[in-house]
Amino acid sequence: MGLSILCLLTLFVFPMWKITLVAPQYPEGISMNIWINKMTGEELGTLQNINILNHYVGMKYIEPDAIPELVYFPYVIMTMCFLGLGAIAWDKPEVYLIWTILFVILSCLGLYDFYLWEYDYGHNLSETAPIKIDGQSYQPPLIGEKYLLNFLAKSYPDVSGIFAMMAIPLSFFAFKKAKK
Amino acid sequence: MRNLRLLQQLLLTLMVIGVTTSCGNSSKKTGAIGGDVASSVYVAPGEHDEFYAFISGGFSGQLSVYGLPSGRLLKVIPVFSQDAEKAYGYNEETKPLLETSYGFIPWDDAHHPELSQTDGETDGKYVFINGNNTPRIARIDLSTFETAEIIEIPNSGGNHSSPFTTENTEYVVAGTRFSVPYPQADVAINSYKEKFKGMLTFISVDKETGDMDIAFQILMPAFDYDLAHSGKGNSHGWTFFTSYNSEESSSLMEVNASKNDKDFIAAINWKKAEEYIKSGKFKELPANYADNSYDEHTHTATSKMVKKVRVLTPEDCPGLVYFLPTPKSPHGVDVDPTGEYIVGNGKLSANLTVHSFSKMKKAIENESFETTIDGIPVLKFEEVVAGSVKDAGLGPLHTEFDGEGNAYTSFFISSEVVKWKVGTWEVLDRSPTYYSVGHIMIPGGDSKKPEGKYLVALNKITKDRYLPTGPEMNHSAQLYDISGDKMKLLLDFPTIGEPHYAQAISADRVKSKSKRIYKLEENKHPYAAKTEKETKVVREGNTVHVYMTTIRSHFAPDNIEGVQVGDKVYIHITNLEQDWDVPHGVAVQGARMSELLIMPGQTETMLWEPQSVGVFPFYCTDFCSALHQEMQGYIRVSPKGSSVPLKWGLGEN
Repeated sequence: MGLSILCLLTLFVFPMWKITLVAPQYPEGISMNIWINKMTGEELGTLQNINILNHYVGMKYIEPDAIPELVYFPYVIMTMCFLGLGAIAWDKPEVYLIWTILFVILSCLGLYDFYLWEYDYGHNLSETAPIKIDGQSYQPPLIGEKYLLNFLAKSYPDVSGIFAMMAIPLSFFAFKKAKK
Repeated sequence: MRNLRLLQQLLLTLMVIGVTTSCGNSSKKTGAIGGDVASSVYVAPGEHDEFYAFISGGFSGQLSVYGLPSGRLLKVIPVFSQDAEKAYGYNEETKPLLETSYGFIPWDDAHHPELSQTDGETDGKYVFINGNNTPRIARIDLSTFETAEIIEIPNSGGNHSSPFTTENTEYVVAGTRFSVPYPQADVAINSYKEKFKGMLTFISVDKETGDMDIAFQILMPAFDYDLAHSGKGNSHGWTFFTSYNSEESSSLMEVNASKNDKDFIAAINWKKAEEYIKSGKFKELPANYADNSYDEHTHTATSKMVKKVRVLTPEDCPGLVYFLPTPKSPHGVDVDPTGEYIVGNGKLSANLTVHSFSKMKKAIENESFETTIDGIPVLKFEEVVAGSVKDAGLGPLHTEFDGEGNAYTSFFISSEVVKWKVGTWEVLDRSPTYYSVGHIMIPGGDSKKPEGKYLVALNKITKDRYLPTGPEMNHSAQLYDISGDKMKLLLDFPTIGEPHYAQAISADRVKSKSKRIYKLEENKHPYAAKTEKETKVVREGNTVHVYMTTIRSHFAPDNIEGVQVGDKVYIHITNLEQDWDVPHGVAVQGARMSELLIMPGQTETMLWEPQSVGVFPFYCTDFCSALHQEMQGYIRVSPKGSSVPLKWGLGEN
C-alpha cells in the first residue's frame, strides 16, 4: 500500500501524459507534457508554437491557467494519499479494497474528463478559422496515434501516469496480502 | 633583362616539374576515402557535412560558410558589406557596425578568416576576418554566425597581414600592407623613405566576452607587411610578419619592390612587448578609430570612437623585434604544428625558405646580427635558416600542414599544390589546380592539431571550370583528399567574391552551440513589443515610433493612420515567434532601404520617410506560413499638418 502512495506522489514530480505532434516540418516532433497541475512544452515556446499552428484550423488556445482540473486534481491525489495512509493504519483488507475501487473509479473519471477536454478542444472550432475542412475534427487520441491533417498526433501516458496506474495492482495486492 | 631571367626560371621550373612528376610515383598508400570520388563527397540528403569551412568573400566583403566535403553553401555571413537580404547595414541596429573614422562605409575587402584557438587548437567560439581597405578586424560569433564586433585599426594603410591569432587567442594581429606617413600628413609622396612608417598592431581578445581592444602598436620601417602567423609550442609568444618592399619604394612597385634579393620576416616577441607595456616603455599617442559591438540582448550595435593608442618603438625596446632575411618578397609565413619551423613563401622564387625557431633563438643569444634597421637587428640568414625546399614550383604563396609531418604549399605561377616533408625538405607529391591557386586550407592546418583529411585550394582564375556566366565568373575552389600519399582531386565548387583564405573546423565543435532562436524574455531592445498588447504608435514631433510585432500570420498593428509626409517613421518590429526557423520579413512600399528579416525573438528597425500622401502597403517577405500571403497591412500617409489622428489596430474592420 505504501508503494501505491509513492506511485501517486510521482504525479507531483513527473509529467503524467505526453502528446506529440509530428509533421514533415517538425521531424523531431513538438511535445506537450500534461502534469497533474500544469501543462508545459518540451522546449521554451512549445505551447505558443502549438497554439499558432492550431489557430489556423480554429482550435482554442491552450491556456493552462484556464483549465480548472489542473487546480483540483492535485487535491484529489493528495486526498487519496491521505486515505491510503489511513488504510495502512487501519490495516484491514476491506479498506484496501475500498481504496482500490475508489481509485479505479477516480482514474476512469479522470480519463473521461481528459477525453471530454480533448473532444471540446478538437471539435469546438472557431467560426472564423482560416482553414475549414468539412467534417474534419482535431481531437487527439486518448491513447495511441492518429493523423490530424498533416500532423501525426501521438498520445501516451508519461512517467508518473504509468506509476499512477501501477498503484491499482499494488493496492489490490495489499488487499490480497491483508486477507491471508 | 629581369623578365627574361624570370622566363628562364619559369622554363627551368617547368622542366624540373616534368622530371619530378614523371619519376617517384612508387608510393602505394591510397587515400582513406577510397575509390569512388563521387561518393566520397556525397553527403546524402538530410545528412550533415563533417566540417564547417569559412571562406573569405574577398571583394564581396563577406564571409561564406561551406560544408565539407560536399562543397554546399550553408550561409553568407555579412561582415564588412551591406547585405540587403538580411538588412545588415541597412536597419538601425546594424548600421553602427559599419561606422569608421571616415564615417559609414558600406564595403570592405575581406581577406583572411581565422578561427579562435585554445591551446593552439581551434575551439569553435569565434572566427575573425580582416578588412583590407579601411583597416578593420571583425569577430563573428559562432553561436549565432553573426558579426559581433568590428574594430578599426588606426595608423594603418591597409590591413592585410591579419588577423592570425595567437595560441590562446590572447591577440589577433594587424600589419599594414601599405606604409603611410606617420602621423598622417600632407607630404610629398617621394618623401616616402623619411616620412612613411609601417605599423604592426596587436589586438587583445577578452577571454570571456571576446571583446577586442587595441593592446599596442609597434612602429616599423616603411615596408609592406604582407601576411603573419603566430608561434605555437616553443615559439608561443612570438608572431611573424612577412614583408616586401624593403626597398621602400612608392611607385612602379612590381619592379621597384622586387629588386632586393631578400626581404624580411619580422619576428615580434609579444611577451616582451607586454613587459614593455607594463613597465611604461610605450608612448600614448593620439588616434581616432571605431570600435563597434553588437549586443545580442538589445539586438543593437553601438559604435564608439577611441582616441588614443599605445605605441612601442623598437629602438627603445631592445629584444622586441628581429628581422629574418627571407628571399624574394615572401607572401605567407607559416609556422608548422610543432612551432619549430617558420616557412617563408618567397613568391618570386622557385624555392621555399624555412627558418628554425631554435636557431633563431640561438642567433639572438649570440647576437649574430648582419646589420640593424631602425634599431631592429637583422639576423644572419645562414644562422636562422633550417633548410629550403628546392625547385618545388614557381611562385610559392602559402603553406599549410597536415599533422603527419607534411606541408602543402600553393604555387601561384605554376598553378599547383606541392606536398613536401618537413625536416627533410623533399618534395613528395604535386597536383595541378584550376587555375592559379592563391591560398590553400586544411582544417586546422595553421593550428597545433591539423585534421589532415582534406585540402581546399582557393583559386584566382576560373575560366572554363563551370558553365560560362559572361565575363564575370565566380572564383573556383577545389577539394583534395590528402589522407593518402597522393593528393586526389575530389570536387570543384564556385565561391563568393574572391576567397583569399579559409579555415575549417570539425562540425562537432560548433553545431551543438548553434542557437535556434533568440529568447523573447531576454530581448532588451528599447523599442521591443514583447506581446501584441504592448504594440503602439507614438509620435514625438516629426518622429513616429511604431512598436509592431509579427507572428504567424499577421502584423500587429496592421492598419496605421496619422502618419504625415515629412515624418521620420521608425518601424520597430519584434518577431514574437519562438519556433526554430520562423523568421518574418517586412517591406514597405517606397521605403528607400532594404527589407527587414527578423529572427524569432529579435527586434529590428526600419526607417521610413514617406514622401507623398497615400495608403501604402507593407507585407511579410519571408514565406512564413500557409497564410503568409495574407500577412500584410496598410499605413495611411496624410499631408503635413493634417488633423488625421494617430490610430492603429488589428482586425477592427
